[in-house]
Amino acid sequence: MTDSMTRHIRLAAAFCTLLLLALLVNATRVQVFQSRTYDDNIANRRQTIARYDQPRGAILVGGKPVTGSRDSGEQLRYERTYRNGPLYAPVTGFASQEYGTTLLEHSEDGILSGTDSMLAPFPLWNDLTRAQNPGGNVVTTLNPAAQQAAYAGLGTRTGAVAAIEPSTGRILALVSTPSYDPGPLSGNGRSANRSWARLNADPDKPMLNRAVRQTYPPGSTFKVVTAAAALDAGVVTDLDAATNSPDPYTLPGTSTTLTNEGDGCVDAPLRSAFEWSCNTVFAKLGVDVGVRDMSGTAEAFGFNDAYVKIPFSVSPSTFDTTLDKAQLALSSIGQYNTRATPLQMAMVAAAVANGGQVREPYLVERTTRRGGETVSTAGSRPVRQAMHPATAVQMKELMEDVVTEGTGTNAAIPGATVGGKTGTAQHGIGNSGTPYAWFVSWAQGERDIEPKVAVAVVVEDASADRSDISGGGDAAPIAKAVMEAVLGS
Amino acid sequence: MTNAGTTVTADLPTPAVRLPRRRGIELTLIVVAVLLSVYGYCAVGLAKNGTVPPGAAGYGAGLGVLALLAHIAVRLRAPYADPLLLPIGVLLNGLGLVLIYRLDLETPGDRAAPTQLVWSTLGVTFFIVVVVALRDHRVLQRYAYVCVAAALVLLTLPVLFPAVNGARIWIRIAGFSIQPGEFAKVLLAVFFAAYLAANRNALAYAGRRVWRLQLPTGRVLGPIVAIWLLSVGVLILERDLGTSLLFFGLFVTLLYVATGRTGWFAVGLLLAALGAVAVGRLEPHVHSRVLDWLHPFASIDAGHGPNQLAQSLFAFAAGGMLGTGLGLGHSILIGFAAKSDFILATAGEELGLAGLSAIFILYGLLVERGYRAGLALRDPFGRLLAVGLASIVALQVFVIAGGVTGLIPLTGMAMPFLAQGGSSVVTNWAIVALLIRLSDSARRQYDIEVAA
Repeated sequence: MTDSMTRHIRLAAAFCTLLLLALLVNATRVQVFQSRTYDDNIANRRQTIARYDQPRGAILVGGKPVTGSRDSGEQLRYERTYRNGPLYAPVTGFASQEYGTTLLEHSEDGILSGTDSMLAPFPLWNDLTRAQNPGGNVVTTLNPAAQQAAYAGLGTRTGAVAAIEPSTGRILALVSTPSYDPGPLSGNGRSANRSWARLNADPDKPMLNRAVRQTYPPGSTFKVVTAAAALDAGVVTDLDAATNSPDPYTLPGTSTTLTNEGDGCVDAPLRSAFEWSCNTVFAKLGVDVGVRDMSGTAEAFGFNDAYVKIPFSVSPSTFDTTLDKAQLALSSIGQYNTRATPLQMAMVAAAVANGGQVREPYLVERTTRRGGETVSTAGSRPVRQAMHPATAVQMKELMEDVVTEGTGTNAAIPGATVGGKTGTAQHGIGNSGTPYAWFVSWAQGERDIEPKVAVAVVVEDASADRSDISGGGDAAPIAKAVMEAVLGS
Repeated sequence: MTNAGTTVTADLPTPAVRLPRRRGIELTLIVVAVLLSVYGYCAVGLAKNGTVPPGAAGYGAGLGVLALLAHIAVRLRAPYADPLLLPIGVLLNGLGLVLIYRLDLETPGDRAAPTQLVWSTLGVTFFIVVVVALRDHRVLQRYAYVCVAAALVLLTLPVLFPAVNGARIWIRIAGFSIQPGEFAKVLLAVFFAAYLAANRNALAYAGRRVWRLQLPTGRVLGPIVAIWLLSVGVLILERDLGTSLLFFGLFVTLLYVATGRTGWFAVGLLLAALGAVAVGRLEPHVHSRVLDWLHPFASIDAGHGPNQLAQSLFAFAAGGMLGTGLGLGHSILIGFAAKSDFILATAGEELGLAGLSAIFILYGLLVERGYRAGLALRDPFGRLLAVGLASIVALQVFVIAGGVTGLIPLTGMAMPFLAQGGSSVVTNWAIVALLIRLSDSARRQYDIEVAA
C-alpha cells in the first residue's frame, strides 16, 4: 500500500485519457473536416449508389413516358428502361451505369436523377433532412405522331429528320436512322459491355444523332438562304425579272464551269431558277451579293453558331466567311465548305414560314417534380430576324411554287399550303459517293393562321440517280408524312 | 440505506453511513441499455425492409433475460460492485449484435448475428459463473504460474492449425472458430499482476542513472526481455501484430504502475521501437500496413481501386456529424472483415461522429471504472489486476479504432464487445466480471472499515 502506486495509476489513467482524446480528435478530423474530400473521392461509390437508389424520372412525349426504371436488386439498384427505344433514342440518348449519359438524359440529368436543388420542396430542405428528392420528369415538345411518321418514313435507310414549330421553335420531331435501343446499355454487367462494343463497332454508327450531331453539305436547299440574301441585299428586286446569268457559268477567277441538270436556266428569273434549282443562277447571285452579306444572312439563320443547345448541344452548321469569289459561288449552292445539320435546315425553312424570324429551337417544354408540379418552363426564346418580313413573304411564294409546280410536288398536301425546296448534295472524293437527298419544307393547314411545321429531311443513301429530283423523290414524301402528322394532330 | 451497526464519531462533520450499493441504478441503466439495443434492432429493420424485424421481441427478451440474470448474480454476490460496468457491457454487446445483424442483411449467404448471439449468451453465462464462483480476487494470485502456462499453451496452439487469412490465430473445433489468444490476454494480465505484486520491490531497485532516466539493473532485466521475446514470437509465429502490441503494452504499463520507474518505460519504448522497425522491415505483411497508413489512397491513384482502409475512411466520412441512420449506410463496401475488424466503420457511418464519440466514451467510462477500482483497492495484486484489465480494454480500443480511422497503422484486432468473434466476447465478459469483483472488493473493504 503505497501512495506512489496511486500516483502511477493516475498517470497511467491520464495516458489512457490521452489515447481517448486522440481517437476523438482523429474521428472529428475524418468525419467532419475531411469528410467532403473523402465523399468526393472518385473511388468512393456512395454517390453512385445513391444516384441509382431511386427510380429515375421519366421523359415524356405527348403526355406519356417513353422511359421507365427497373429494380435490378443489385448494388446499383435502378436501371433505365425505354419504351420504343430506337424511335426516341436521338432525343433521350442513354443513361448507363457504366457509360454515363447522353443527350436529354445527360443535359437533364439533375432533374431526372433528383440531384437538382430546384426539386426540393423548400430551399435548404435537403441539407437539413439529408434526404434525396425523387427524380423529376422532363416534358418534351415532341409530337409523337410526327416522330413516328419520320421514323417510319426513313425506314431502313440512313438519314435524319428534324421538325420544328416555326412560331415557337418547339422541336416536333427529331429522328436519326439507323437507330438503336438504349435500354441494353443501362446496366453495368457483361451484357451492357457487349452492347456497347457492338454499337461502337457498327459501321452504320447507330449512336450518332444525325439530326443534330452530323453536318451535311446542304446542296440546293441552301438556295433558300442565298435567295433570301439576294432579296434582302436588293440584288434581286423582282422575282420574275431576268437575272442576267449565263449557263454554263464560269466560276470567277477560274476556268471551271458550272452547269445545271436541266435546261432553261439562262437568264432565268429568280422564281423559275428557284423552282428548277438552277445552280448557275444561284452561284452568280451569291457572288453578286458578296461574302459579307451572304455570311451575314447565313449567320442570322443560325450558321456558324457554336453554342446552340436544345438543351443538348448541336453541332455548328458552317458557312465559310473567308472565301474568294469562286468558293463563294460554290458555297452559295450549298457546296464547298458549307455544311448544315438537318435541324439547321429546318430552322431555315421555319424562318421563311415565320415571317423571317428565327426562333431558337428547344426540346424541353418544362420540367416537373415527380408529383407534377412545374419546376421550370421553356419560356420565351430570343428571336432573330433572318430576313426582312417582306423578303419572307417572297420566299414563301418561291417555296410554294416548288411544291405546286417544281421539283417538290411529292410534298404537296391537299388542302394545305406547303412550301419546300429539294436538294442533292454531292460528296466523297471526286463526288463519287451516293448523293445525299435533301428536302426542306413548311406547311400551313387550311384553318391555321400561321404555318404549323417546318421540316428538314436528309437521306444519305438515296436510290435515285444524281439529279436534283432525288431530293423530291426520296426525301419529300417523308417530309410530307411528318407535316401531315403535325397538321392532323 | 443506513445501517444499524454504524457508529457515529463525534469529530466527523457528517454521520458515517454505509455506502449506497446502487444496485437500483444498475438495474435502471441495464433497462436503458436493453431498450437502446432493441430500438437499434428495430431501426435497422425499418430502414431496410420497412417493417420491425420479426425477431425483435425475442431478441429484446433474450437480451433482457441475460442482462437480468447477470444483474441478479451481481446483486447477490457482488452487491458493492460499480453500477456502471454491467450496463456498459450490455449496451456495447447489444449494439454489437445490432451492427452485425445490420451487416448480415447485406450478406444473405453469411449470417453472423445468430452465432454471435450464442457466443454472447456464453459470455454472459461465463460472467455469472465468475461472479458467483470467484468470491475473492486474491485467490487468483495463487494460480499465477498456472495462468502463464495456460496462456503460453493457448498462444502456441494455433500454430498447429492451418493459417486463416494469413494469420495463425484461430483453431477450428466443431464448426466454431476459436481465437485462444483472446483468453490468453486475461490469463497474462493475472500473471503479470501477480508477478509484479510479488517482485515489485526488487524490480524497483534502481540501477544506473543516465541523464534523468533511472535505468533498471541488469539482473531484473530478464523478465521484460522474456516478455518482449514472447511478443515477438507471437508476432512472427502467428503474424498477429495487434496481440503482440497489446501484450507488450500491457506489460510495460503494469511494470510502470508497479515500480514507478520511468526507466522501464524508456526501455520498453526502445525495445518496442526496435521490434517495430525490424518487423516493419522484414515482414512484408506489416510493411504494407505501414505504407497503407501513410498513403491510404495510393491504390486508388495506382488504378487498383480503394483498399479496405480507404473504404473504411470513406465510411466514416459518409457518416459526418449525425450519421446516415442505422441500416442506411454502405459500410459493406469495405468487404472482408466488415463485421469484425472494421465494425466501427459501420457505427461511424450510420451513427455519425455523435454515435462514434458516444461509443468511445462508453469504452472510456469502462476503463475509468477499472482504474477507479484499482485506486480504491488496497492490495497490490488487486490494484495491478484492475489496472491491467482496464488497460487491455483501453489499448485494444485504441489500436483497432486508431487503425480503422487512419490514426495509426492498421492491425487486426477485435473491437471489444462490438466485433464479430466469439472468443473476444467471452473474454470481454470475463474482464467485466473480474472488474465487478474487484470493484466490489474495493467498496466492501471501505464499508467494512466504516462499519467497524
